[in-house]
Amino acid sequence: MSYLLKRLAFYLLTAWAAVTINFFVPRMIPGDPVQALITKQRGQMTSEAVRSLYVLFGLDKNESLASQYFSYLGQLLRGDLGMSFTFFPSPVSDVISDGLPWTVGLVGITTVIGFLLGTAAGAVVGWRRGTWADSLIPVTTFVSSIPYFWLGLVAIAVLTGPGSFFPASGAYEIGLVPNWDWQFIGSTVQHGLLPGFTILVSSVSGWILSMRNMMVTVSSDDYVTVAHAKGLPERRVMLAYAARNALLPNVSGFALALGFIVGGTLLVEIVFSYPGLGLQLFQAVGAKDYPLLQGIFLVITLSVLLANLLADVAYLALDPRTRREA
Amino acid sequence: MRTNAKALTGVIMLVVFVLLAVIGPWIAPFDPSMRSNALLQPPSSMHWFGTTHLGQDIFSQVLAGTRSVVFVGAVAGVVATVLSVLVGITAGYLSGTASEGLSALSNVFLVIPALPLIIIITSSLPETSNLTIALVIGLTSWAWNARVLRAQTLSLRRRDYVEAARANGESTWRIILFEILPNLYAVIASGFVGTVLFAVISEITLAFIGVSDAGGWNWGTVLYWAQSQQALAQGAWWWFVPAGLAIALLGTSLSLVNFGIDEYVNPRLRTRFSMRGVRMRVGFTPVLAKETS
Amino acid sequence: MKDRILEVRGLDVDYGLGPDAVRAVRDVDLTLHRGEVLGLAGESGSGKSTLAYGMTRLLPPPGVVAGGEVIYHLDDGTTVDLLRMRDADLRRLRWAEIAIVFQGAINSLNPVQRISAQLMDVLKAHSAGSTPQSRQDRARELLSLVGIASDRLHSYPHQLSGGMRQRVMIAMALALEPRVVIMDEPTTALDVVVQRQILRTLVGLRERLGFSVVFITHDLSLLAEFSDRIAIMYAGQVVEEAVSADLYRTPLHPYSDGLLRSFPALKGPRRELSGIPGSPPDLRMMPSGCAFHPRCPRALDVCDEQVPVLGQSRDNRSVACWLHPVAVS
Ligand SMILES: Nc1ncnc2c1ncn2[C@@H]1O[C@H](COP(=O)(O)OP(=O)(O)OP(=O)(O)O)[C@@H](O)[C@H]1O
Ligand SMILES: [Mg+2]
Repeated sequence: MSYLLKRLAFYLLTAWAAVTINFFVPRMIPGDPVQALITKQRGQMTSEAVRSLYVLFGLDKNESLASQYFSYLGQLLRGDLGMSFTFFPSPVSDVISDGLPWTVGLVGITTVIGFLLGTAAGAVVGWRRGTWADSLIPVTTFVSSIPYFWLGLVAIAVLTGPGSFFPASGAYEIGLVPNWDWQFIGSTVQHGLLPGFTILVSSVSGWILSMRNMMVTVSSDDYVTVAHAKGLPERRVMLAYAARNALLPNVSGFALALGFIVGGTLLVEIVFSYPGLGLQLFQAVGAKDYPLLQGIFLVITLSVLLANLLADVAYLALDPRTRREA
Repeated sequence: MRTNAKALTGVIMLVVFVLLAVIGPWIAPFDPSMRSNALLQPPSSMHWFGTTHLGQDIFSQVLAGTRSVVFVGAVAGVVATVLSVLVGITAGYLSGTASEGLSALSNVFLVIPALPLIIIITSSLPETSNLTIALVIGLTSWAWNARVLRAQTLSLRRRDYVEAARANGESTWRIILFEILPNLYAVIASGFVGTVLFAVISEITLAFIGVSDAGGWNWGTVLYWAQSQQALAQGAWWWFVPAGLAIALLGTSLSLVNFGIDEYVNPRLRTRFSMRGVRMRVGFTPVLAKETS
Repeated sequence: MKDRILEVRGLDVDYGLGPDAVRAVRDVDLTLHRGEVLGLAGESGSGKSTLAYGMTRLLPPPGVVAGGEVIYHLDDGTTVDLLRMRDADLRRLRWAEIAIVFQGAINSLNPVQRISAQLMDVLKAHSAGSTPQSRQDRARELLSLVGIASDRLHSYPHQLSGGMRQRVMIAMALALEPRVVIMDEPTTALDVVVQRQILRTLVGLRERLGFSVVFITHDLSLLAEFSDRIAIMYAGQVVEEAVSADLYRTPLHPYSDGLLRSFPALKGPRRELSGIPGSPPDLRMMPSGCAFHPRCPRALDVCDEQVPVLGQSRDNRSVACWLHPVAVS
């Protein structure tokens, strides 16, 4: 089995595990928290919507667990995640597809930039070991221990306010209609800068530390000494020999760490009232909007799996040893 | 040496936090939930960290909240560490399907985004207390360490003395307890510290979005109230700065301890690279200047 | 043959700085002449690699050169001290004048780059005027020099066998036609047949290209076959140095004698294989007097009191041993 196929199989397994968790967790909720809401909204709900909530939360006690599970799977395959309580009468899938692009744009882009910047900086810091660069380490350690959202709070307190260029909340100016004109794009970028910067600052330091350690480890490998012995220019030794090899574990680390990072970055949205999945998650927790909560968890998991797959492809391109000879 | 200085600083800071966790609620000058007429006051000699919109003393809230933070960190750390040792060593020592299965299980838990998972579970629980939060975090965050331990066990298993013990017919349990486990203490310790850090940040994050021990205080609940009462818009910086700094300090102390352990495990990180103006460099060995005597 | 090319004088090399430094190479003098093969032998841990990398300033941390000089004679008759050159000058001199084949070629190649790239980058770095085509032709030529088919040029290191990687490293060392090639146990990881095959190739190439070789191994019988002169190291010091044939026939230092008895001879007198009892000293706790005396079967009273120095003995051989006191001129 080739490397990618193996990974693909693993991601399918993980997706199935996430779905199954999602099936069982609501069944732990004591009583019928959803029942009350259904009853309350019954008048405005179609019988179809009620039926789908029954399936999601296992309120249909007459059915066996197995048949509940299969009707749940079937419903998911149709893309039916139930009805959101907070955004009634929108179905969860509509609510999520409103939020997803914002999250992908903000969290996705900044996470990748953070990884690239941190890796580059870590390579330099690791290479310059024993010089002033070492004094960056305590600073990055301190910064990487701060929760992302708190840094967001500080950023808002310090950098926003009347007359500031940075808006304190939202993804675009109130009153604008989302479309592809310059005014809207400009406003989006302006609103994205501060939350993006917050995520960048907190995520970059972790990558600096890990890449630095990899650089230090790799620098004492024989082939790096050989490269010096060959009298190659320092830049080439550092980039093509040391950093190029140190990058490999950092890329697989990136894939593994995504699940941790995404959780933290989503919270930044709350602080900035940025209309993505993180903010929706916050609202869903507050309102005990279980269908939305479940849906968001599922979508986040699937996105992380997809990102993992991309990281695998990158790894494959970077490490000839995993490549199959044609 | 420098490594020890770093680790020692970390340990001392950590001891202070644990101490505050024990005595914090007793030495707090006020009842953290008690309202007063001093509404939204900036720091003063009376209220060191200022007051909330209800006149509660923020210094007392942060002090009293230390206990919950340290408790959740410790319990989640222990639970996750025990699980990771069980899963990791078993998966590393066994071979075949059982091993593959366990390692796939840890990888699944690793890839599923941890925080959202913790959020959906805790918000579906009948009641949230410090203990249930700690258990949920512990039960969902063992995978990373299990993976590390599995890899380490795999390589230990092939060492000569382990092979020899097996050839002598020693029982699997004896080999694991006496030949393998002692070699993993540093890795396990480092995993424990890392999990505690993750658990602390998760608990605070949960509290910040409104999932916390009912009626109790922790640094996240302080931030939750600051956020929901628009502390920022009112310029009440003192409401969220102390709790955030406390988190960062606790996090830094844990990271420092882990640096010490990392450098102990990986000698390449430990080598001193500069001393008395001499800088060690790969590719250009330093040449000491002749002492002028 | 008597023209000097590389002289090591009073070289000290430490691991670590300050109080926890250990001295792995102590006051070593060594001379390499043009066109000769100088063998460097000694037990594992005697400091051969440390000497080789120390004198070229390639020793990785925590290695430190604590003193001495390494004089290199350039073709135009001028000399430079490798230990006191500026980084840029040293970089230019490296590989063009002195190339090294490291111990353990398995790890000497960058695992993520093709062989071609690794052969060609050194050509590019040292001859700015060359074209990519000329570099590629040269790389092909180098591979065929060591007997590797040129269709392997674009392979990755993991696609080659251990012996092939070793040959690639040798080809790479010859890329710029250096004056000196230092080889640190280039063949120990290989089986005997391949080992000799590679060494023969090497000796043939030396005759054609005329470079000098410092050849490091702990296999003295191999050295007797392939080298002109041999220096023996013990605990970081050179204890005997002689023309190969002399050393092989009549080793003066008891340690050299012991080394010769550790390997089966391939030609010449058969010796009883006895090896050397005991083990090398801990560098942190060197014995007083001659470092070898606790293991020496012929130790005298003076041996644990005074350190013998390497010098011409009465029979005109270089040895550091009280059995053969230095001739007073
Ligand atoms: N990083 C280090 N720190 C401390 N001591 C070291 C270090 N590396 C090597 N040494 C010591 O230096 C001495 C010389 O080692 P060296 O590698 O030069 O021996 P060698 O003669 O090349 O042995 P071999 O034949 O096994 O390659 C040894 O006693 C070794 O223990
Ligand atoms: Mg060696």
